[in-house]
Amino acid sequence: MNDLTPIKTTIKDWETDQEVRWCPGCGDYAILKAVQRTLPDLGSDPSKTVFVSGIGCSSRFPYYIESYGFHTIHGRAPAFATGIKLANPDLDVWLITGDGDGLSIGGNHLMHVIRRNVNTQILLFNNEIYGLTKGQYSPTSREGTPSPTTPLGSVDHPASPCAFALGAGGRFIARSYDISKDLPAVLKAAHAHQGAAFVEIFQNCIVYNKDRFGDFTARPVADATQLWTRHGEPLLFAKGTKGIALDADALKLAVVDVTDGDWRAAGVMVHDQTNRALAHLLVEMPFGLFPMALGVIHDDPRPTYESALLGQDARARAGRSTDLGKLLASGQTWTVAG
Amino acid sequence: MATALIDGPEELTGKNTAPEAVVVRFAGDSGDGMQLTGGQFTLSTALAGNDLSTFPDFPAEIRAPQGTLFGVSAFQINFGSTDIETAGDQPDVLIAMNPAALKVNLDVLKIGGLIIADSGEFNKRNLEKAKYAANPLADGSLDRWQLLSFDISALTLQAVKPFGLGNKEALRCKNMWTLGLALWMFDRDRQPLIDWLRGKFIKNHVLADANIAALNAGHAYGETAELSGPLRQVHIGAVASEPGLYRTVTGAESISYGLVAGAQLAGLPMFFGGYPITPASSILHNLVKLKEFGVTTFQAEDEIAAIASAIGASYAGHLGVTSSSGPGIALKGEAMGLAVMTELPLVIVNSQRGGPSTGLPTKTEQSDLYQAVYGRNGDAPIPVIAARSPSDAFDCAIEAVRIATQYMTPVILLTDGYIANAAEPWKVPDPSSYTPFPVTFLEEPNGPDGTVLPFARNANGARPWIRPGTPGLMHRIGGIEKNPATGAIDYSAASHQTMTDLRKAKIDGIARSIPAQEVTLGGPGGRLVLVGWGSTFGPIHQAVRRARRRGLDVSHVHVRHIWPLPDNLGDLLKGYGKVLVPEMNTGQFKTVLRDQYLVDARPLGKTSGQPFTIAEIEAAIDAALA
Repeated sequence: MNDLTPIKTTIKDWETDQEVRWCPGCGDYAILKAVQRTLPDLGSDPSKTVFVSGIGCSSRFPYYIESYGFHTIHGRAPAFATGIKLANPDLDVWLITGDGDGLSIGGNHLMHVIRRNVNTQILLFNNEIYGLTKGQYSPTSREGTPSPTTPLGSVDHPASPCAFALGAGGRFIARSYDISKDLPAVLKAAHAHQGAAFVEIFQNCIVYNKDRFGDFTARPVADATQLWTRHGEPLLFAKGTKGIALDADALKLAVVDVTDGDWRAAGVMVHDQTNRALAHLLVEMPFGLFPMALGVIHDDPRPTYESALLGQDARARAGRSTDLGKLLASGQTWTVAG
Repeated sequence: MATALIDGPEELTGKNTAPEAVVVRFAGDSGDGMQLTGGQFTLSTALAGNDLSTFPDFPAEIRAPQGTLFGVSAFQINFGSTDIETAGDQPDVLIAMNPAALKVNLDVLKIGGLIIADSGEFNKRNLEKAKYAANPLADGSLDRWQLLSFDISALTLQAVKPFGLGNKEALRCKNMWTLGLALWMFDRDRQPLIDWLRGKFIKNHVLADANIAALNAGHAYGETAELSGPLRQVHIGAVASEPGLYRTVTGAESISYGLVAGAQLAGLPMFFGGYPITPASSILHNLVKLKEFGVTTFQAEDEIAAIASAIGASYAGHLGVTSSSGPGIALKGEAMGLAVMTELPLVIVNSQRGGPSTGLPTKTEQSDLYQAVYGRNGDAPIPVIAARSPSDAFDCAIEAVRIATQYMTPVILLTDGYIANAAEPWKVPDPSSYTPFPVTFLEEPNGPDGTVLPFARNANGARPWIRPGTPGLMHRIGGIEKNPATGAIDYSAASHQTMTDLRKAKIDGIARSIPAQEVTLGGPGGRLVLVGWGSTFGPIHQAVRRARRRGLDVSHVHVRHIWPLPDNLGDLLKGYGKVLVPEMNTGQFKTVLRDQYLVDARPLGKTSGQPFTIAEIEAAIDAALA
């Protein structure tokens, strides 16, 4: 985010006249609404906001937000966003990508935008499938995923977006899902973070990967399977009856039962969002044995790329002549008399 | 006609008067400092007022194994008291620092030319590495040339002995000893070199003193040798040039300066996204030193990110620039299509090298013309400009910026490895003498009822440039086809047809803003015309000049605007009986000319990684007119 003067807008101000073309029931609708609801709360100015995307279902997103929008090419949105931020760091840039766009064809650029710490909000819509090309398996598809290109089931091990982002040096890692009522809070935290803020959003592809995340997003199981991390609060789930403790000898996490709310006695950890090691453990928890970690998992800012680079440039420019004629005539020259 | 000694190199060693021009080739190991020696000799030549052209010819390996044939690095310079336009067909003088350098370069040396060899390096080990069965300095195999061999290694060691350097460090002064000898041979002032050495070794006075001692020793050796041997001092007079201030410039430098000048004329800050690649990296190296001119440079993670970041910066209101060589340009293709589709200004510099694939990374070629003109998916026309020489590249870069910003389009600027690395004297231009072409951004809604029409067009067919951050002008652009009126996504049949036509018409219309094609040398009609583009300018021009002096009816047309072509080019070419297109590829521009004008253009190709010689082109002229 940027230190912009907050301005008053409503959700209507962020809607375009474009007909939304996602499949009926697609999780993208819920994400779009969550973003449009969040932007007025952030005091964002549509004139100073840019949504940049790659290619895929998720990347149609900019057409539906009444701000500046750039629908670029497959996987490269992070590089476009980097150029935009270096040219005008005052712009508030949101980067929209998907699991195929961000982790397959664009894995390289995603790594570098995070590593450099370009001040953007990166929303990766993870539906574990290629939607727009009609259902092929993606780099986040679980082993055994049947698809038109893997009729016998995929055999390769999936990438974990949050682990990838942490590995790339990410300083803000959060996770949520399309229909979560807490998605706006996560987006606000991402926006408040100065630097590359990475948010994985589980998104239901109703056509090619329906209810893939139902085992933790469905209402009846949500409490028992969702662990919302909050800085300074104990890592509890299942209405406080279970928690996450550290098995210090094995250097791994464990699920423990909490009796009568006494989480301290059960050894439940307090979440520290600045602890990278803990963030790694939380995003790598195997689902099933563990709950799904959601919320702001890691938030520990460091200087942004553009502030470092443009600051260095400004220092290099200070006091130097901008007379090009003088520069051209410098060095070893000679004069031919007329 | 100053490419070399006109009547043979005897002027160098014989009794005749001084020649108009001389070609000298310094050759040694990659680690011998031949490029540095050549560069400094170039500077002293320029300061002596000679016209000159250079040709650095080095291997792709940074430090190839010592003494090997493939590790030989050479620097050729042609200088004279008349106009010089090529680095010279054949050297008059070859300075060979070891057996490999002799072997690799001997076949280009003019018969009767002078070989100066470091006999100290012609030992058994080095002879074996160079695959010599016997020592060529001793077996009479060099009888066709004049040979001067002496132990430069030992002489250098002797000269720097007082400074107590280690053997290895002491031997590294050999290139300065050799340079000293060369400076004596051509009657050059040593002082600028001494000043340069003092500056270079400012933190190590011992090394400075040792190098200066080696330089002086080489110089003194020349004076002594003149008394006893075939070596003779030659003075090449200053060239009669237009009055003014001069300096030397390489293509990489002049392109960098031209881009900065262009950005200033457009009134824009400039953003350069690049990724290291030979031989294009030197442009990025130059631009990082020009930050005070509003330049932001970004070394991206790959070629695609380099162009993508530049397009992002253009979108945000900077002049976006990226540069690469063939393989990198191939990777940028998809993003170029996006710049065409979104109609954003962008300059793409291609320093061409031998291809395909990795090809010849350090050698020159012109084989990316198809790639530039045709090499994208969809109907994606992009203007293409080609620089003919290092100094011409300055104006070409400005022209590229003008077209990019006035027509809201990516522009490809073609140079090549030869132009990028070669140096020539340059009459320093006055940037204020160029006509500015200031950019105006859209600041208010341009449609009815306060709407924004991002693809409305002006008289040039260009759309408005709208910077994000401008109040009230929010809009969306992207790679999907759009409605010609509103700019909204629309891939209907009618919209795609109209938009394709509009994009083509816009680029075709650029021809109206470029100068009519002139005949570079000769008349507007006749029996034969040689049509060139890019760095073949020098050899074509000299060959045509020579042929015309012999009374042949041949002209030279050199084309800067490759796409769109100048409006009058077709009619001009139809005035000649024959059209011959010399280019360092298998006939790419020839294809474009045939396609555009139905003229019977014939190819004269060369893809050896070396520039054309004048003699090769002159022979082709003779054959065409036979």
